Amino acid sequence: MTATGDQRGFPLPSSVKVVPGTERAQAAYPYHVQFTPDDDKKFWFYNSMHFPEPMCAFDMVTAEAAYCALGAANTRVQCLPTTLGVDHRIINGRVYIGGNGVTDPAEIERRTVEFQKRAFYYYANWETLYAQWKQKMLKLIEEAQALPKPSLPEFEPLEHVHAGRGIASNHDLLVTYQKTLEGYFRMWHHHFEFLLLGYGAYLTFFGFCKKAFPEITDQTIARMVAGIEAEIFRPDDELRRLARHAVDLNVDQHFQEGVKAEEVLESLRKAGEPGHRWLEELQKARDPWFNINVGDGFYHYHRGWNDDLSMPFAALPEYMRRVRAGESLDRQLERLQAERAELIADYRELLATDEERAAYDQMIGLAHRVFPYVEGHKFYCEHWYTNLFFNKIREFGALLAGAGFFAKEDDVFHLTHYELQAAIIDLMNAWSTGAPPRGPNYWPPIVAERKAAIAEWSKHRTPEALGPIPDVIDDPAIVMLWGITRETLDNWLSAGDGKDSNEVRGFAASAGVVEGTARIVKSVEEIGRLQSGDILVCPVTNPTWAPIFQKIKAAVSDIGGSMSHAAIVAREYGLPAVVGTGNATAKIKDGQRIRVDGGRGVVTLL
Amino acid sequence: MTLRHISVFADLTLEDRPHVGGKGGSLGELTRAGIDVPPGFVVRTESFEHFIQALETEAPFRARVKGLDANDLDAITAVSRELRARVEAADLPADLQAQILAAHAALGGTGPAPIVAVRSSATTEDASDASFAGLQDTYLWVKDPQDMLRKIRSCWASLYSVESLTYRLRHGFPEAEVAMAVVVQVMVDARTAGVMFTRSPTTGDRSVITIEGAWGLGSAVVGGEVTPDRWVVAKITGEIPVRDISDKAIRHAPAPDGGIVDVEVEADQRKQACLSDDELQALRAIGRKVERHYGRPQDIEWAVDRHSQRILLLQSRPETVWSNREAAPAATRAEDPLQHVMSIFGGRK
Repeated sequence: MTATGDQRGFPLPSSVKVVPGTERAQAAYPYHVQFTPDDDKKFWFYNSMHFPEPMCAFDMVTAEAAYCALGAANTRVQCLPTTLGVDHRIINGRVYIGGNGVTDPAEIERRTVEFQKRAFYYYANWETLYAQWKQKMLKLIEEAQALPKPSLPEFEPLEHVHAGRGIASNHDLLVTYQKTLEGYFRMWHHHFEFLLLGYGAYLTFFGFCKKAFPEITDQTIARMVAGIEAEIFRPDDELRRLARHAVDLNVDQHFQEGVKAEEVLESLRKAGEPGHRWLEELQKARDPWFNINVGDGFYHYHRGWNDDLSMPFAALPEYMRRVRAGESLDRQLERLQAERAELIADYRELLATDEERAAYDQMIGLAHRVFPYVEGHKFYCEHWYTNLFFNKIREFGALLAGAGFFAKEDDVFHLTHYELQAAIIDLMNAWSTGAPPRGPNYWPPIVAERKAAIAEWSKHRTPEALGPIPDVIDDPAIVMLWGITRETLDNWLSAGDGKDSNEVRGFAASAGVVEGTARIVKSVEEIGRLQSGDILVCPVTNPTWAPIFQKIKAAVSDIGGSMSHAAIVAREYGLPAVVGTGNATAKIKDGQRIRVDGGRGVVTLL
Repeated sequence: MTLRHISVFADLTLEDRPHVGGKGGSLGELTRAGIDVPPGFVVRTESFEHFIQALETEAPFRARVKGLDANDLDAITAVSRELRARVEAADLPADLQAQILAAHAALGGTGPAPIVAVRSSATTEDASDASFAGLQDTYLWVKDPQDMLRKIRSCWASLYSVESLTYRLRHGFPEAEVAMAVVVQVMVDARTAGVMFTRSPTTGDRSVITIEGAWGLGSAVVGGEVTPDRWVVAKITGEIPVRDISDKAIRHAPAPDGGIVDVEVEADQRKQACLSDDELQALRAIGRKVERHYGRPQDIEWAVDRHSQRILLLQSRPETVWSNREAAPAATRAEDPLQHVMSIFGGRK
């Protein structure tokens, strides 16, 4: 990427100041992610897609682990010819990233030879390697589930002593913590094993379609490629199944809007045989399909359904009403498959020559082979494994809170993962010396300071990008994973011009135009505020939210691309959706009338 | 064998173009394909020939063109004036006139003969049709049968315009082969009308349909007198990624005594979309059907009937601009299908 003489520009990293009063919270992030003057030479952009809110000190582990793995796959494993890994820096709780391109033609040539030996092998053996991948992931999940809950007995258990174990329980804390952390880093390597290759095959087809059909919409191409039986539809499918069961067992009267999940469960426990049978069905669905979280897995407070049943339970009354009304809630797989096949055939017919049709067949064929991974990996990585990871850290939080290190278990997330190890060792030491731990005197003010810093940072807008403007963005990783192109930069640069201030723009995710009342829903707790026919405006769209799509007439989100799962669900429900707007939840007021044009990616404030 | 002078649309196909012209053949083809087309008939080239022969018996007609110098504008102008006057003034041969009036009356069924449009229908597929045929004449909202006969003669007379004669003389086109068919079609009292291309006029994309329309008769759109509303509709999926609703100040409406007048559009209608989404989807379906029928992209004129709200096609012809262009293929078959991914991973070439 080379700089241009564009008069407009982004601020230099060195000009972005740490918000006054938060300097110590900023200093908690490791030295290698702090901006230095050298960084002014490079183009950076704010990764608002994955990290839309200021990151707690611990949650930043995701950036570290993910970029370690992403870069390894690009730079060393698959040897992408034109791009290496992604650098990241953190300021005011925001993650900025910048790609490292390869521009020397000889080096690209050398890497191309390597790439074709590696990536082409993956493409050629995709199904086998992906089957192997699932086994690896399930094993990793099993290992995480097998980790003990961290605890310290007053005296070492007698059986340990008699067995001559020779290792005391305080050491187990360190082992569990390090295994937890190691597993998370390993998970991210699995995550990126196929991802770039999968997106690359998809984008190859995408690029062809854009060339052959210059005016085709992104979401049409997405519909041609998207899978129909992907794992990501399963949680919602399970809810539909549970709704049907409740009606069949005649226990559906226990599910009323606004009644807490815990109360529903309690009344079912008292509802005799049918109640018990439904609870058994619930148990089956929960493992593994409720291991899905309400975000994208990047924040500790995006809890899983299994940890917070309010999200899935909020959807059940409406599903039950539809079952009683005689509606079939089954996703009609055959119909969806036939529709996709027809779409592909119809576009194929429009191509001018048999040569083009042959190329089209080759590209869509590859895209269909690789896409199950692109869609399926999130369930295992960002949802299932990440829930286990954060919950294990939460257990350490409970242990430390119990020892007086801080007030609540979730306060643990205000420590970096390096600091957390120190705190654990402090506790291990205290247990061994018999003296009190030092933490209770050390951490509370720091936790308070960092909480205040997060609150402060979220009040400040952060620049979308920093540094010199590149004339083109030709880093396939940046284009694929973040959807950022030169046009994106132009939009950012002109955003300050104040034009069309009654418009919010994003990715056109699902076509259709509707007007209605905006309901800003920032978290699961607020789901109950949605009325039938509202337009959902939320920070992240996520498949977890699928069940509420039955209630709404359009969806708008701050983050997400046209291939995000929410976009797929919106298309399946036939609802207009605009995703990745950046600031819809800030710009749109709750209760405001808005028009959503999902075909153009425009939301108009009326 | 008696010559056929008149053909109703339902009896025609594209094969008949040498005698009914491109417009007539296309309307026949559309009618037979089950597309909703206002009924009508074609006054075939045989009728023109019959008419000219009648003129020849009074005084030499075609011979007047012979021997003219293509560069002698004064002489051409004089001959043009003379021949046009003769065509416009002469009565049609009685048998021909009776057939045309009967065909017109038949369009009205048991009711009165309907108001019609009279349009010339050139017999060449050549892009230079316009210069060859003189004006591509279209007379709208023709109310009176006698007036209809006059308009038919006016269409024929346009063959003897200065431009037309000059063109033929320059290209040595044999005068004996000059002929023109005329389409007479029931007039649609259009609430909304316009054009539709079954590909993008700007990018040539065959996966979209571009629809332009305005209030009233389509002549305001075709003649460029109003900035029409414009939509881009995805041909396959029906998505509507572009909706440009314009300020439509005037519309063409039928004049009380026949013909067309400009009418100011009511204030609350000007910036209203002139088609509903359902109508856009219906047009898309029609566009796809016609394109499939012809096997190539089409340029279509359509109208929505003010009374029945039905969508009718007034004309369809092959799109020529992009079709004649040699486009580079988006990609071709690769020996190893995996090589395609290098378009993403291989960097800029």
